[in-house]
Amino acid sequence: MRLELHGITKAFGALVANDHIDLTVEPGEIHCLLGENGAGKSTLMNILYGLLRADSGEIRLDGTVQHFSGPGDAMRAGIGMVHQHFMLVPVFTVAENVMLGHEQTRGGFLDLPAARARVSEISARFGFDLDPDAVVEDLPVGVQQRVEIVKALSRDAKVLVFDEPTAVLTPQETDELMAIMRQLKGAGTAIVFITHKLREVREVADRITVVRLGKVVGEAEPTASNAELASLMVGRSVELTVQRTPSAGGATGLDVAALTVLDANGQVVVDDVSFAVRRGEILAIAGVQGNGQTELTEALLGLQEDVRGTVTLDGRALTGLSVRRVLEAGVGFVPEDRQEDALVAEFSIAENLMLDRSDGAPFVKGGAVRRRDLETFATATVREFDVRAQGIDTHVGRLSGGNQQKVVLARELSRSLRLFVAAQPTRGLDVGSIEFVHERIVATRDEGVPVIVISTELDEVAALADRIAVMYRGRIVGIVPGDTSRDVLGLMMAGELPDDARTAA
Amino acid sequence: MSTRVAAPVVGSAASRELSYKTPVALGIFAVLALLLLVVFARDGVSTFSFTQAGTVALPNVSLPVRATGIAVTIVAALMTIGAVALIRLRGAVPRWYVAVFTLLLVVGFLAWATAGQRLPIVGLLTGSLALAAPLIFGALGGVVSERVGIVNIAIEGQLLAGAFVSAIIASVTKNLFFGLLGAVVAGTLVSFVLAALSIKYVVNQVIVGVVLNVLMLGLTTFLYETVLVPASSTLNAPPTFANLAIPGLSLIPIIGAVVFDQSVVTYLMIVAVIVVWIGLTRTRWGLRLRAVGEHPQAADTVGINVSRTRFWNVALAGAIVGLGGAYFTLGSVGSFSQNITSGAGYIALAAVIFGRWDPLRASAAGLLFGFASQVANILGIVGSPVPSDILLTLPYVVTIIAVAGLVGRVRGPAAAGRPYVKG
Repeated sequence: MRLELHGITKAFGALVANDHIDLTVEPGEIHCLLGENGAGKSTLMNILYGLLRADSGEIRLDGTVQHFSGPGDAMRAGIGMVHQHFMLVPVFTVAENVMLGHEQTRGGFLDLPAARARVSEISARFGFDLDPDAVVEDLPVGVQQRVEIVKALSRDAKVLVFDEPTAVLTPQETDELMAIMRQLKGAGTAIVFITHKLREVREVADRITVVRLGKVVGEAEPTASNAELASLMVGRSVELTVQRTPSAGGATGLDVAALTVLDANGQVVVDDVSFAVRRGEILAIAGVQGNGQTELTEALLGLQEDVRGTVTLDGRALTGLSVRRVLEAGVGFVPEDRQEDALVAEFSIAENLMLDRSDGAPFVKGGAVRRRDLETFATATVREFDVRAQGIDTHVGRLSGGNQQKVVLARELSRSLRLFVAAQPTRGLDVGSIEFVHERIVATRDEGVPVIVISTELDEVAALADRIAVMYRGRIVGIVPGDTSRDVLGLMMAGELPDDARTAA
Repeated sequence: MSTRVAAPVVGSAASRELSYKTPVALGIFAVLALLLLVVFARDGVSTFSFTQAGTVALPNVSLPVRATGIAVTIVAALMTIGAVALIRLRGAVPRWYVAVFTLLLVVGFLAWATAGQRLPIVGLLTGSLALAAPLIFGALGGVVSERVGIVNIAIEGQLLAGAFVSAIIASVTKNLFFGLLGAVVAGTLVSFVLAALSIKYVVNQVIVGVVLNVLMLGLTTFLYETVLVPASSTLNAPPTFANLAIPGLSLIPIIGAVVFDQSVVTYLMIVAVIVVWIGLTRTRWGLRLRAVGEHPQAADTVGINVSRTRFWNVALAGAIVGLGGAYFTLGSVGSFSQNITSGAGYIALAAVIFGRWDPLRASAAGLLFGFASQVANILGIVGSPVPSDILLTLPYVVTIIAVAGLVGRVRGPAAAGRPYVKG
């Protein structure tokens, strides 16, 4: 089925998310929609899928103009979507999820055998090996994604949209997904592949359309270089790698020994983890989301309840200390969810900058905030960290993701640190902000601070790490040098440690 | 293409700690049994009578109180030790074990409390079901509403509305079925307010529910005093449902009288429990309802209208609860009085949680609470040494122990209480 979008325009208030976007996808073609976060890709796809109504423009399938008033219409027309955040009911089985919304019934009751047969038939066609009776929340994310694909195919989707599908996958799973996409393309499906990862685009795309700030800024061939694609996407030439010298490597700063963390249900989420970080070194902790990285960082900060093992910073034990004491010991922390854990959206930039120093010098005296000192500090810091805002009294919730993250960095790095922990420091940021954040992290390292960077993005890990620890199901699979190949890291992210990597670090 | 098998997130069985919560609870009750049944033992013989009219006469069971108390205490102590052993060996205490333990203590307590008296078992069970009926209707409505994602605190208000309207309509029309219909409409109308405010206007669902309860209490009290009291013979004298014995089945000893010789409303309740249970698990309606309550966005993306599904199922919940309201006036008392529900809606809410949002378990919880109330009533009548005011707190104490102590960490519908806003 041939999909055509003509002049799609959508505005949210003053913000034009889509500005006269044209896009044509042929059957049996993988068409990449490349753009930064916030470029308007998701808005466009939500319009295509009937979740949003366009202000103007039209959608045509095989030349016929479509009017979608909801996802149901889009699906009936043959459009399927594999969502970035899976649209699966966690407590339902695979078969129940696949049948939801177009259930077959027999005598008034759900026809589960038919649904199971449908799942088995489609997954056999693509070699998925799905158990129709498995409960979705028990499945690994890679398998959940296949459930999403089966769900779309079970409605005979002729146009399939993949919205940032690789964000949650290991490199190997990504390769498998690429193979599935080629297989679908071979079967004549028109595929729209939304991403901001250049490598994937070049590997699988037949055609590439680049969007920036809600507009189509150009088409590119899959043969284009990374630098060409990136400059199209960002609108200027960008440095894709951070300039950094090899680590000087000082004395051991942080020492973590036999750290085990249990969650509220008594499940082991960090399992007997030991590592050390030297001063002036960046240790990157890689791994697929949800393999214990979050809990590990929270345990370092004193945010986890049930922690065994020891954490020592410059010879002082951190284990068992309150969060306040840990911060006072010189730990700087960038949480992975900046809106939830790092900032108070309704507070001003200045107030957010003093959040972790609210009980004494330099900003509080006798229980009162010393506004003038705070303003002086905030003004200087905002300038130093290039936070683009009207002023220091702007509410943090009004800032873009990149500027919010700069506020967090500014707060954490303006104290004198003995350890810096940054979790997913560039998640959801534009390329310009990513550059800035990476430079600051490297600069912190160069000041002689031990740095831990937790990231699920291998590009980021490769750009920053002096050494890489890979986590899988709560354990550290191995610690390898910073220049370890993606293939080896990918295997490690799936829990395997290749022999040649075993002795490397 | 390989598919890795999903393994439970790390951690072996050995590293998980055993929970001794259940044996500790059993132990506490064994000690209480020792105190009450042995230390403060009473003399005499208590008689559990199973007689009822019209069926085979069953012999009475006579229990010497002191000996029974000692026996119960010893068995309770042994079972506590057994529970510790079960935890050590198998890691958990099976549910039937706790049930047997509970039954044992209940028998011990009843024997102690009725020393020297006769305890009519059939009356106890029939009365329990009668007291449980509105709770079960309420709990079913709560389950339907919460499973679709709207927290229904307004059960109490829906019960009151159902009781009030059904009394008036049945009095005026002299027709019980119009009365039932009126109760359904009244419960649904209360639900419409809850649904409209919480779905369309995204008001906090708990607050709407509480406000509706207060509103219905005030409104029915006001109308009762200004309209019903002056004209009670015409507006507040509805006929009541007579018992309808099911031929054959009603002759089964004990069960026959308790279950198969009941009013139409009670039969309706049994049907409602079964229909909601099967409907939730086995039909398209139930699948969509649960999907909307668990992950509304997923439901939306497969073309299910979340707001409409929520709205009409909350309305349905109100209709079910309304029937429970009619039970107060048409099923038992025969007239409306101020605050006739006296908190039954809140107990029903507790039954929803105690029953883990499952229609069968929530109904069982309703039965348990009804039983506790009836025990309090009967002990008040036969004259037990426990002051009646304390006895009257029994159902509430049971509720607190059940919800706080036995439920533990449970997972309700993931999206319950969370408004769904597209975007």
